[in-house]
Amino acid sequence: MTRRRTPAGLVEAAPGPAHHIEFDGRPVRALPGQSIAAALWADGVLAWRTTRVGGRPRGVFCGIGACFDCLATVDGRPNQRTCLVPAEPGTVVTTQEGHGRADLAV
Amino acid sequence: MLKTHRPPLDVVVVGAGVVGAACAYYAARAGLAVAVVDRGPVAGGTTGAGEGNLLVSDKEPGPELDLALLSTRLWRELAEDLGPAMEYEAKGGVVVASTAAGQQALRSFAAGQLAAGVEAEEVPAERLRELEPHLAPGLAGGFRYPQDAQVQPALAAAHLLREARRMGAELFTGESVIAVDRGPDGAVRGVRTDRRRLAAPAVVNAAGTWGGELAALAGVRLPVLPRRGFVLVTEPLPRLVRHKVYAADYVADVASGSAGLQTSAVVEGTPGGPVLIGASRERVGFDRTLSQEVLRRLAVQAAELFPVLAEVVVMRTYRGFRPYLPDHLPAVGEDPRVPGLHHACGHEGAGIGLAPATGLLISEQLTGKRPELDLAPFRADRFPAA
Repeated sequence: MTRRRTPAGLVEAAPGPAHHIEFDGRPVRALPGQSIAAALWADGVLAWRTTRVGGRPRGVFCGIGACFDCLATVDGRPNQRTCLVPAEPGTVVTTQEGHGRADLAV
Repeated sequence: MLKTHRPPLDVVVVGAGVVGAACAYYAARAGLAVAVVDRGPVAGGTTGAGEGNLLVSDKEPGPELDLALLSTRLWRELAEDLGPAMEYEAKGGVVVASTAAGQQALRSFAAGQLAAGVEAEEVPAERLRELEPHLAPGLAGGFRYPQDAQVQPALAAAHLLREARRMGAELFTGESVIAVDRGPDGAVRGVRTDRRRLAAPAVVNAAGTWGGELAALAGVRLPVLPRRGFVLVTEPLPRLVRHKVYAADYVADVASGSAGLQTSAVVEGTPGGPVLIGASRERVGFDRTLSQEVLRRLAVQAAELFPVLAEVVVMRTYRGFRPYLPDHLPAVGEDPRVPGLHHACGHEGAGIGLAPATGLLISEQLTGKRPELDLAPFRADRFPAA
């Protein structure tokens, strides 16, 4: 039997039981300690924001909190860096359109 | 071995910040052969740490205001000639007062400015939120200054230099000036960098906060001191601040000579989306240490002016050093002590705004024209010897 080479397998991690977060209205499986970005990636989601000017898709770029590319609206708060915010049970993530602050425009 | 620059130069500009870039641009446009040298990159010093304020509103009548008014006209021309890439915005400024006494102070300040050619219009308290819907309620009133404007300073410096190079100027970045050469008559003959010799009958000191060091290389004293300032950068937002908005205390802070910390809110949106929040002033040398106290005060004051900002995220902060001369006026023009040495530095927090006027006046002096403003108030030898 060949073992699938996964990051968790490579480091012989034994994470606790999975839970779920919500992404655009559907459940996404997450492991304890995973960031939102990691959970979305593991689910095959690569983009969860559109750019302000061109409306182009964006997801993780640096993965370490520096580049601000992986922003999404988390529990109603826009511009959260999903590579830093933990995926807690019940976290609600929504795809962010542009700056996510359209409500403030004057 | 030092290379010697072959084609004859008319002028060497030391400094590739916005002031040096404007000097190079106007000198090249006047037909002079120009070289620009900077020990760092373009806009690597104070220019790259600014907000891009082009203000007349904070200046009392006098030589600095005359420079600012000339610059206002020149920035408009540059915006047409150089195109939209500099992010020039003729957005206007709004100065607000929190008390009736503060509003009265603004009124008398504006009266003097009106006589000097500044456009200013009183805004009663009930009309403030037509101009700026997110402003805090309960302010006493304000003044609108339609001539205030904004550029992205690093882009402005880069595009001025791009144009200067198109007209033949040469740019040497990453090269430190190690000597200013002078002849037996004391006049400058050019500079030496760590890589080459640049011979020219004129040298422009556009070294900003480090202008005192360059002056010393030419054998003269120019007491430029650093005055530190921090800027907070918020997450990208829709346009929620339309003008340059600042509290009336800012004018007093700018004019103050105190070494201690002063902060007053200056808030503006940018075409990129983030809102920039200044302005702090303190004389602590070239100390780059992050000061949480300064950041806290800036954030609190900005949120007092625009309560909506209390809910947004500050993404990062940067700091820079304004080139400060003891009487708050820049040094502009030829140094009476060293023929051929022209100063264009010491603009404190107004260097972006005053850059085009400085560049134009220097180029007029370099080409033997009568400068369109009297340069006497900006003479570099006006300070007592140490």
